[in-house]
Amino acid sequence: MSLALIVILPFLGAALPALLIRAGRNACTTGTLATSLLAFLLLLTHAPAVFRGEVLQARWEWIPQLGLNVNFFLDGLGFFFAGLILGIGLLIIVYARFYLSKEDPMGSFYSYLLLFQGAMVGVVLSDNILLLVIFWELTSLSSFLLIGYWKHLPAGRQGARMALTVTGAGGLAMIAGMLILGNIAGSYDLSTILQHKEAIQASPLYLPALLLILAGCFTKSAQFPFHFWLPHAMAAPTPVSAYLHSATMVKAGLFLMARLWPVLAGTDEWFYLVASTGLVTMLIGAWIALFKDDLKGLLAYSTVSHLGLVTFLLGLGSPLAAVAAVFHILNHATFKAALFMNAGIVDHETGTRDIRQLGGLMTLMPIAGTLATIAAASMAGLPLLNGFLSKEMMLEQAALTSWLGLPWLVPLLATLAATFSVAYSFRYIVHVYFGKPAGETPRHPHDPPFGMWGPPALLVVLVVLIGLFPASVAGPLVATVAGAVIGGPLPDYHLAIWHGLTPALGMSAIAVASGLLLLAGYARLRGLWSAGPHPEAKAVFDASVGAAVRLAQALTHGLHNGSLQRHLAFAIGSAVVVGFTAFAMASHAPGARPLLPATPVAIVAWLLLLGATGALLALHRRRLLSLVVVGVIGMVVSLAFVYLSAPDLALTQISVEVVTVILMLLALNFLPKETPLESSCGRRLRDGLLAALAGIGVGGAAWAMTTRDAATLSGYYLEESVPGGGGTNVVNVILVDFRGFDTFGEIIVLGIAALTIYALLDGATRGAVGRRLAAWAPDQARAADRHPLLLVVATRVMLPLALLVGAFIFLRGHNVPGGGFIAGLVVAIALIMQYMASGHGWAAVRMKVDYHALIGIGVLTAAATGVVAWLADHPFLTSAFGHFHLPLVGEFELASAMAFDTGVFLTVVGAVMLALANLSRIGVLADAPPPQDGPMEPDLSAPRHGDH
Amino acid sequence: MEFLLSSAIGLLTAAGVYLVLRARTWPVVLGLALLSYATNLFLFATGRLVLNQPPVISASAAGYTDPLPQALVLTAIVISFGMTAVIVVMALRSFFENGSDHVDGKAEDAA
Repeated sequence: MSLALIVILPFLGAALPALLIRAGRNACTTGTLATSLLAFLLLLTHAPAVFRGEVLQARWEWIPQLGLNVNFFLDGLGFFFAGLILGIGLLIIVYARFYLSKEDPMGSFYSYLLLFQGAMVGVVLSDNILLLVIFWELTSLSSFLLIGYWKHLPAGRQGARMALTVTGAGGLAMIAGMLILGNIAGSYDLSTILQHKEAIQASPLYLPALLLILAGCFTKSAQFPFHFWLPHAMAAPTPVSAYLHSATMVKAGLFLMARLWPVLAGTDEWFYLVASTGLVTMLIGAWIALFKDDLKGLLAYSTVSHLGLVTFLLGLGSPLAAVAAVFHILNHATFKAALFMNAGIVDHETGTRDIRQLGGLMTLMPIAGTLATIAAASMAGLPLLNGFLSKEMMLEQAALTSWLGLPWLVPLLATLAATFSVAYSFRYIVHVYFGKPAGETPRHPHDPPFGMWGPPALLVVLVVLIGLFPASVAGPLVATVAGAVIGGPLPDYHLAIWHGLTPALGMSAIAVASGLLLLAGYARLRGLWSAGPHPEAKAVFDASVGAAVRLAQALTHGLHNGSLQRHLAFAIGSAVVVGFTAFAMASHAPGARPLLPATPVAIVAWLLLLGATGALLALHRRRLLSLVVVGVIGMVVSLAFVYLSAPDLALTQISVEVVTVILMLLALNFLPKETPLESSCGRRLRDGLLAALAGIGVGGAAWAMTTRDAATLSGYYLEESVPGGGGTNVVNVILVDFRGFDTFGEIIVLGIAALTIYALLDGATRGAVGRRLAAWAPDQARAADRHPLLLVVATRVMLPLALLVGAFIFLRGHNVPGGGFIAGLVVAIALIMQYMASGHGWAAVRMKVDYHALIGIGVLTAAATGVVAWLADHPFLTSAFGHFHLPLVGEFELASAMAFDTGVFLTVVGAVMLALANLSRIGVLADAPPPQDGPMEPDLSAPRHGDH
Repeated sequence: MEFLLSSAIGLLTAAGVYLVLRARTWPVVLGLALLSYATNLFLFATGRLVLNQPPVISASAAGYTDPLPQALVLTAIVISFGMTAVIVVMALRSFFENGSDHVDGKAEDAA
């Protein structure tokens, strides 16, 4: 449990700083610090077990069907990285408190930082690679927020976008790689995958999986040729750079390579891909770092180079190299985080990070200067400091490595990279802290407050301690971690300063000497560099992103230029093409189901439908007539339902038909009564062809389907309807009982639709539209008698009868055709008839029901019925029913589904009435005399349909 | 009988598609109504065509048609009413706002 807590704590704590910032910046920092510290201490409680070599696990099922489970495990490697993330996180939190200025929103900074921290800890403790991928993506997202923290700086925004694009793309590739890997191993659990080395390396999918996973690792860890995003991400505040880009996020790629080292490493593919990439990155990063004038830029490229070094070591595939890799990760984290914080101090105190404007700061900032000198010397790999030890181990491995049969190539390149590394490290020391001041800096520098130099000082102490006593200070940790990486017995190695006169020592000496020489001739070297070509990665990146955006725009605008007709034509056309292609590619045999005879009645109805549809196409410009014809089609459809054993559907269809026609009539009151002829012949021909193809396709599919038998699960519903649902009308029992949850969703949708209509119409009564509406004059002659007496009397007499019919249909619905939907529609029709016959004013005064409330009560009633089932310890919406006896009435049945159906009924009535009543309200508004003092409005009723 | 229903579904779809592709809101609304009919009938037909065997349990029934598609279609009819109503009102509001009932809300002479 406490394992999961380590991961969850930062996520939970992320809310703290956002809240505590109201209590001040110190409270905010304390809250953040306490969260991280708690997680760190929790981690440390597991230290004894980890150092004993135990692997701790915590497992929960999440989506076992997908193999996605919340499994965490803690071994040496996970412990090491979690310790780095949380430990350096603590230092960064303290440092950031003093680094951020008063204008910076500190609450959100710490919230992002904790989110990032949680995601990183999740990555390193996940025992499930799908879970790991989720956390991996979370690190990309949260680092995006952190890099772009200074939202007002364009460089920050662009750097954040670039980092997200590159690492996000790599992450996508990695998901695919992880899925392949899990597929080969037969499990997504890391601890299982790590047992399947032979199966994975023998699989034909090994290379694709390797390439995809490495794409994720290389982008995250800024390996060549994806290294370019890291320097641009330096636009972030320095605490972010120190945290993400020295100690944690960029190490995620290294972590994953180390994590999967037991199963992926050791092959030729691994060696040539990983070791070569690492070596090239180490060399190029060090070379560019030498010419960066921005302190953080120098450190960024140096980080690229050191990440390359570790990648190179992991790529060698030998256990000794893996030990060296682990040791260097530790050493690099200590000296590089210290240097990043130092760069932040210089920036903070002098107002600039440009090396050309700096110099001689040692006398002004002795503490910062001393710390920087020690850390940079460690970066250069000078003896007695920790950087020396791991660099020595790297050179020793490089000396033993032959590349494509060339034994001298790797040692030469490694020495060259070490040379550049010495040169840029000394440049950091000499050009910033020694020599003459280059000029007046924007601020007069002095040593920063303890909060800012304390954290790097702690790290520098570690640098020296590990450098002097490697075996006792770092030995147990390195042994535990390396054991977890290798997954087998540790090789024979010694962490010591003196190994005798080895080739590595010679290479080191050459590197230091030539590095110092390079720095001495820096001015000439600089001239050489300036003359050479500098491929600007950002320009290439921007150009490719721009090209992708233009392509997407061209495609989108070509398909969808804002014209609904064009959009629909493409959508329908694609459906037609897909459908006919699928048809053409499959085999076909006629269906074997016996056909029903076509009775004369059916043929008459069919002819009626044919005629009506044809008439609609011919008459659709004359809108009132078209409405009548649509009514005919609706009637035929209802008849079809009656004829084909679906009485419930027929009832529903016919009542919906009535409501729809009323609704459209009300709307047509305002709309033009004719549609102008404006499509060209070609356009109509094209649409006709498309329509014919779509019709043939759908009709053919219906024919194919109805002439074949199919398995159905309806037997269950037919059998269980009476014993399980207590009703004989199976359709209604399905609606209110078996599939009640679906129906619950449907009435909510209906309610939302009604509210949308209300909003659309209510908005039309205000503002410019409202004035226009008020000025509207009917474009048709009005009947002399707006409320014919006969109609008024008839509807009023009918009302109680109609309500009675509604109640009857509702009550009987559970056993014979009827139910809440149909009853709701019938009652709504009866009510809306009052509006139509007697006028909105008359009806609205007498209807004291709020339709909004009716919808709400309906949905809540249905929900309450479901909740009651909870109280009885059943799942949501489980129904109950029983038979009761009342004197006089006799035996009758009461089912809880009845209450649910009441909810359906109320919602339907409310929704239909809300829509129709508001439409007729608009009519009343429009009929009112126009305001005399309003501005002139265009007269909408003027003849518009000219001679198009 | 199967042919009658299938051809009717096809015809309704074709007419619906043609109307949906018109330039004014009113025919588009009519087209959507026709497409709703076609879709509901199609869904209904997934239960296959059966005469005189409504899914109401009784001792004298010879058999029952498939009730499940009917339940689906019943709610679909009500929902398509909701959708039609929203589209109609959107068409109305668009006409109030633009003074034109063109589907893209264009001014009258630009259509």
